[in-house]
Amino acid sequence: MDELRKERVDRSLKVRTEGIYAISSMEEIIYLLGPRLLFVVGILILPFLLEAAPYWKRVMSIMCAYAIIAISFDFLSNFVGLVCLGGALFTGVGGYFAAIFNHYLSLPIYFSLPLATLCGAIFCTLVLLPALPLRGVYFAIVTLMYPLLFSRIIEAQNILGGTNGISGIESFPNPYMEQYTVILILVFSLFGMRRFVNEDIGLVFRGVKDNDQAVKASGINVTTIKIYAVFLASVMACFSGAYIAHLYMWAGLSLFALDFSIIPIASTVIGGGGTLIGAVIGSFILVPLSEILRAAGTLRIVIYCVVLTLFILFKSEGLMIYLQRKYHQFERWVKV
Amino acid sequence: MSEEVILSVKNLSKSFWGLKALIDVSFDVRKGEIFGIIGPNGSGKTTLINCITGFIKPDSGRVYFKDKEITGLKPHKIAHMGIARTFQIMRPYYSLPAYKNLIIPLWSPRAKKLGGWRGGGKHGDRDTVAVDILEEIGFERDSRVPYKLASTLPTGYQKRLELARSLALRPEIIFCDEVFSGLSMSEIAGMIPLIEKMKMEGITLIMIEHRLRELFRVADRVMVLNFGEKIAEGDPHKVIEDKRVKEAYLGSEHVEV
Amino acid sequence: MHVVIYGIINSITLSLISLGFALVYSISRVPNFAHGALYVTTGYVVWLLINKITGFPYPLAVILGIFITAMIGALIYRLVLIRIRGMEISEIIATYAIGVAILEGLRWGGLRGMTYTLPVFIPGSKEFFGVTVDYQRIVVVGAGILTLIFLYFFTRYARIGLSLRGIAQDERAAMMLGIDSDFTAIISLAIGSALAGFSALLLLPLGNIIVEAGYSVLIFAIAVCVIGGLGSLLGTVIASFIIGFAQILTDKFISTHYQMVVALLAIILTLIFKPSGILGRQKELEERV
Repeated sequence: MDELRKERVDRSLKVRTEGIYAISSMEEIIYLLGPRLLFVVGILILPFLLEAAPYWKRVMSIMCAYAIIAISFDFLSNFVGLVCLGGALFTGVGGYFAAIFNHYLSLPIYFSLPLATLCGAIFCTLVLLPALPLRGVYFAIVTLMYPLLFSRIIEAQNILGGTNGISGIESFPNPYMEQYTVILILVFSLFGMRRFVNEDIGLVFRGVKDNDQAVKASGINVTTIKIYAVFLASVMACFSGAYIAHLYMWAGLSLFALDFSIIPIASTVIGGGGTLIGAVIGSFILVPLSEILRAAGTLRIVIYCVVLTLFILFKSEGLMIYLQRKYHQFERWVKV
Repeated sequence: MSEEVILSVKNLSKSFWGLKALIDVSFDVRKGEIFGIIGPNGSGKTTLINCITGFIKPDSGRVYFKDKEITGLKPHKIAHMGIARTFQIMRPYYSLPAYKNLIIPLWSPRAKKLGGWRGGGKHGDRDTVAVDILEEIGFERDSRVPYKLASTLPTGYQKRLELARSLALRPEIIFCDEVFSGLSMSEIAGMIPLIEKMKMEGITLIMIEHRLRELFRVADRVMVLNFGEKIAEGDPHKVIEDKRVKEAYLGSEHVEV
Repeated sequence: MHVVIYGIINSITLSLISLGFALVYSISRVPNFAHGALYVTTGYVVWLLINKITGFPYPLAVILGIFITAMIGALIYRLVLIRIRGMEISEIIATYAIGVAILEGLRWGGLRGMTYTLPVFIPGSKEFFGVTVDYQRIVVVGAGILTLIFLYFFTRYARIGLSLRGIAQDERAAMMLGIDSDFTAIISLAIGSALAGFSALLLLPLGNIIVEAGYSVLIFAIAVCVIGGLGSLLGTVIASFIIGFAQILTDKFISTHYQMVVALLAIILTLIFKPSGILGRQKELEERV
């Protein structure tokens, strides 16, 4: 009996697309650009596809907002080595800043949204600053605690609307703006970050994750790099928070809820960490699922946590990497 | 090799929870020389490098680089001033291809200011310069080797990569922490020209080594550490005849030079 | 006087809450982020036992509750942590996920509202130096001091305690001496969880069993341990006194709601000035990587 083993081989099409040969014919171009185009086009026309279901249009907007948070988590955790256990910190801060600018300072949405994003990012970076020169554990601890602490402080001090939150936040002038703002920012963030991590400066970030001592020995101040990374991630995630506040026309304690911390982590792990697109795919799966399961209440979170743990234990590579493998390679049995 | 002192270490001491790793170590390194630091295992050699390059704060003592005090400065600042180091346990950036490993030092403020080794420091240049550096230090020309993932390279290449990482910074001093260890005789023979080339470029090398025979082929002067104390310093062949040095190494065949 | 007495009570309370977490971390380097969940679980289990089974004796419920929680803790290690041992970040995410799953699961399973309470051990109160103190709180202080004394002697003299300390100081050396690292980790998690349960049964009678308590306990335990120095039991105790009194003082002179703020500020100040904590056993190098 011959012994067989599985062998994975790059598809011939993939090999033909290496280097300059990528533009040799339509076939190669479609192979490379196809998935990306499909994604971009798909997401751009999604609002039209959902024209008949306004509820689901809103879910889609939320889904995109979550996807942006997931990208920021994937970036920080798998490209810089900083595991953020509290995405809710960013959404809460972004959302409350939006409320401050829009409701208390009566700035129109065109100002309050970007300003909230920027100020939120600066604020979050500042509060995370003490943990940056230290081991990764401390960053994880601090990010975990801040959302819980902030929500409790707001509740106990009864500031910023207390348990009722701040309502009366201006919404988007028309539905298309409402949907396309977040869609465009998502596409921009996704492709922007993918480009960024392959730039020279992106490599320095990844170096910090792999071996920060070597980066220091190369004359680069690692703490400064981490500050940049955290700021970048904060901008993205605070935007989501500010966006959601404007979407619901309300900013409250729920912006610090566990959902915003757990779902991005689960999305990234399930979708495939380290690919950025995996985080997006994961969000696209989990958020609608979360809506469907809304009746189950907090059981959703229980399920996500269990799934998350299982993924961590059995080191599943995630959906995206699996799909990429299938796309680029095929398997066959060969004789040993 | 000039008489000018480029690095001066005075009375460096460090203890860890009661264990004295370095006791009152002092020495000078002259510009352009190859200075060896040897001693049995556990004699404090790596701790010494860590203290000088800023990764550990010494308990007492001072370090001067070109008459400027650098004791206790942060590692990246010391690297920026021109002191590079390799790591004994090599940890290249595993998820990156070999040449991309060099992008990081080429991106550093120092490389930007002075231009890295062989030019480079300007964006766009860096990829080409990185590959050039690798080819100069021994990676095969025009091959796929520089493009392979760092984690897949054999030991000899990883060691060279380590050195290349330091070189890319255009340093004045490189601390080589056991660059010969784990290499075969022929691989070491291949490294020696590289070391001599670095010396010709004017780089001062401070080499921590166990492989005494190979070290003595290149070293100008040598210092011996034992249990954290300096017990001898000077011409390699004279040092190895010193009674105390022989005692420290007693039992090891490496004493035969 | 009020400040002194309630300061002591608050401090001992914090110690009780935090020691379980500190013990687990100091021995097996596992940050058990499910600590808060275990706390609430014990309370709920005991409540179920005495309310759903008529005539179930309270003391037995207490013992059973603590035992069950200890088993859950040991199970967490055996099933989950054993596979990701050493990867600190994964350990945090996994224990946190488990903790959240337990807490939210309890919430979904019915632990809502204010109706869940545990009876106090001794009802009533007494006056001390002009300050009224519930008997339960006195029990808390007494039990706390006893626990501290017990832990002190246990880690110094009992054989298991000594081997736990051996593992804490140098795992590889301990393993070479035949001490099984995984087994001691299971034991430490069981003890840590039992401590969480024990403190729950002492403290929950003073209020209600609510899921939020799980999160609060986790925050306070981490805060105290970080400030005291991750890995030092004595540091944890000292830190709980510092924060305990700081909280009472702000309560008296500023306002009641600042407790969390105090904890938060304390953590930030510690991380900026002395990241290894008051009696941190980690070398400075390891903290400032």
